[in-house]
Amino acid sequence: MFEGVPIHWFLVLSTTMFFIGIYGFLVRKNLITMLMSIELILNSVCINFLAFNKILFPEHLEGMFFTLFIIAVAAAEASVAIAIIINIYRRLVNIDVEKMNEMKY
Amino acid sequence: MTTNQFMFLLFSAVIVIFSLLTVTSRRILRAATFLLFVLVSTSGMYFLLRFNFLAAIQLTLYAGGIVVLIIFSILLTSHINEKLSIPPLTKRIYAAIAALAGAILCIVTILQTEFVQKVFDPTRVHIRTIGEGMLSTGKYGYALPFEVISVLLLAAMIGSIILAKKRKD
Repeated sequence: MFEGVPIHWFLVLSTTMFFIGIYGFLVRKNLITMLMSIELILNSVCINFLAFNKILFPEHLEGMFFTLFIIAVAAAEASVAIAIIINIYRRLVNIDVEKMNEMKY
Repeated sequence: MTTNQFMFLLFSAVIVIFSLLTVTSRRILRAATFLLFVLVSTSGMYFLLRFNFLAAIQLTLYAGGIVVLIIFSILLTSHINEKLSIPPLTKRIYAAIAALAGAILCIVTILQTEFVQKVFDPTRVHIRTIGEGMLSTGKYGYALPFEVISVLLLAAMIGSIILAKKRKD
């Protein structure tokens, strides 16, 4: 118990955030907005890890280290994704996923 | 209602409202700004859990780095006044059904589970503990993932430079 805040609250919050991200990923067509949905999903997972770490297993720091690695992977993923998006824009002049139907030029 | 509960509810309200706005806003630059609010209140949540170092990392790396990167790429690839087209209704309904079904399933499962909750430890994590954990090879040491993540970051850096540079031909 975290001074009146049980772990269920954290888990419900991160589930809500995760599925809002899923909804955005399914609905959006623009590549950058899809990338933003992925950031939402990664953040919800981080909250989950930290809540488990602090409330259920406070003697070790496993959740914290995994969150650090998730943040690093998210940074790498965002930079590569944005490089790809800019490259696509240079070739096709828009970044809608539905207009991308050719793999090679 | 304790202070912790109040702060938790405040942060979670901000997170839920602004993440909904992020995925539904029709102006892409506004969506990026709403994402910034979500990331900042997530870092507030980390402060609430007493992970101060991680909250600072979240503020600098997400709110300072990734959001700026996203905004730059928005400015490079679309007009500032451009409105995104509204997705078709059937697509929105199907996506909402999928998301709601998953959310309800997970939330019901979470609320039915009994967790063995420890007494809350309000001390914050020392930076020394983090450094020693990162570099130790023993039990609860993370030297191998640390090295792997450094190789991954190098590969991502080189890869994005090669992808984004202009071709000669």
